[in-house]
Amino acid sequence: MAVLNAKDLTLKYDQRCVVDGLSAEIPEGKVTMIVGANACGKSTLLRGLSRLLKPAAGAVTLDGKDIHSLPARELARTLGLLPQHPSAPDGITVRDLVGRGRYPHQGFFRSWSERDETAVQRALEATETLALAERNVDELSGGQRQRVWIAMALAQETDVLLLDEPTTYLDLAHQVEVLDLVTDLNRQRGTTVAIVLHDLNLAARYADTVIAMKDGAVVAVGSPLEVVTEGLVRSVFGLESRVIPDPVSGTPLIIPIGRHHVPANELELVS
Amino acid sequence: MTDSTTTAARQEPAPGTFVPGTGPAVHAPGRTFGGPRAAWLLAAVVVLALLAGASLAIGARGLPLATVWQALTAFDPANGDHAVVHARIPRTVLGLLAGGALGLAGAAMQGVARNPLADPGILGVNAGAALAVVTGIYVFGVGSLSGYIWFAFVGAAAAAVVVYLIASLGRDGATPVKLALAGAALNAGLYSLMNVILVSSQDTLDRFRFWQVGGIAGRDWSVVLSGLPFLAAGALIVLLTGRILNSLALGDDIARGLGQRVGLARAVTALGIVLLCGSATALAGPVAFVGLVIPHAVRFLTGPDYRWILPFSLVLAPALLLGADIIGRVVLLPGEVPAGIMTALVGAPVFVWLIRRGKGAGL
Repeated sequence: MAVLNAKDLTLKYDQRCVVDGLSAEIPEGKVTMIVGANACGKSTLLRGLSRLLKPAAGAVTLDGKDIHSLPARELARTLGLLPQHPSAPDGITVRDLVGRGRYPHQGFFRSWSERDETAVQRALEATETLALAERNVDELSGGQRQRVWIAMALAQETDVLLLDEPTTYLDLAHQVEVLDLVTDLNRQRGTTVAIVLHDLNLAARYADTVIAMKDGAVVAVGSPLEVVTEGLVRSVFGLESRVIPDPVSGTPLIIPIGRHHVPANELELVS
Repeated sequence: MTDSTTTAARQEPAPGTFVPGTGPAVHAPGRTFGGPRAAWLLAAVVVLALLAGASLAIGARGLPLATVWQALTAFDPANGDHAVVHARIPRTVLGLLAGGALGLAGAAMQGVARNPLADPGILGVNAGAALAVVTGIYVFGVGSLSGYIWFAFVGAAAAAVVVYLIASLGRDGATPVKLALAGAALNAGLYSLMNVILVSSQDTLDRFRFWQVGGIAGRDWSVVLSGLPFLAAGALIVLLTGRILNSLALGDDIARGLGQRVGLARAVTALGIVLLCGSATALAGPVAFVGLVIPHAVRFLTGPDYRWILPFSLVLAPALLLGADIIGRVVLLPGEVPAGIMTALVGAPVFVWLIRRGKGAGL
């Protein structure tokens, strides 16, 4: 198992500072959701955590070691990531794409091994894509395709998995499906998961820990019950809302209030 | 490749032996070496060997293959036919080398640029090599092909670096679209500069003319030998990048996530490409279309796995170049059409046909 830590992390695109002096921990063996308004720096933070972006100051450490000082391939055996909108080569089969997740486990001259085969098989089974294995990725639906990409990340067999908005463009049923799958993975394999997610209600339902961000800084960290409040929604999103217990999971459920829909009977909603 | 493509291939048996008529080669689960793709590769080698034999036999003076075989195994200096065969050997070997180099370079470029239109001709690399050679002839009076090669390397490398730098400007880095645009712009600019030199110097034009259209005739052993080490080094580098190109094909972010050092991977592959393009261009002139059309054709056999695309391109590209050269020898008897022109003539319709067959020719 592995602990991922950001310390005084500053991330910049060109000269523009997106994340400034941020410290955060992705707790081991838990599901962490990073939430915040558009352009608050949450995807940038994930890019920093996954070594796609080199810090301008501060450091990201994995078990105390700076991720930029570790050999790339060694790091890739511990820390996996699925970026937003990945694109598959035309004509690639599901099995081949998932197999490419084994890259960091293969040497320059070491070809496909029994272990690779097993890892791919397990990943296909876990994501229920085994039946699709010989199909072309281009032919799949959005939800199936996302499951295949997650299967590729699983085949990498990392202790930590970072996902950047894995539910974008998916309908509600597929969003739930993907988050269920990630939860299975966390519970069955103990994988540490960090997800950037837009949907606060789903984040509150699936997270062990929520990290709320605003203007490149962390404004709240804790369990969904502690963090997701009307006050937080107001300060982070500038939105009035009611927060009620989710009738299904008991986690906080946000009911947004716009200009046109003011609660008719507040008492009923609050109870 | 889509199912419709495969179905189309089944309904319409393809001309030529190396175009697949059946699906399994494409759909086979494919990380283990062996199986149908190995058989296809062997078939491709046989086709290439036959074409090499034909290249020795066919010409202004046609010879039976039996004579070619005798000339190769039991050479009789007094036999005029044998002398003709031997005179055709350098040209055939050069076609094999230059074709293989261009095919490999094209496949690697399409992988490294993640762009199905990437080709040494389109991304300006061959134009860079050609302009450098013209400059060498015009300014330094270089007259030998073994002298061209150094200019060709410098030009190819400079063009590759410039295209990459221009395309890398801005936040997203060198995206496929920016690479193609930068390459097209540089390509046009370099060819204009070259024409400026050529129209201002009749002497340079004369010496350059034959080389420029791309031909593998009239080159002798010293030329072949001077290019060989560079070709071999470039081919070795590029053939070893199959796994790297497979990871780059998933996009920079995923490749990095898989532990690929993307910048280093691109640089190593580019070095191999420059070695291949520089020497192929110096040897045969800027031969069009081979680097573009062959990797696309190959994908119909191999699917998107670069560990197979590269060796297939290495074998099938010289088959196209030799085939074009052979046709060029006989269509305008007693004259000849240079191979560089014939590849475009043969390649263009094949390319259109490939594109019309479906989207299977993507990355």
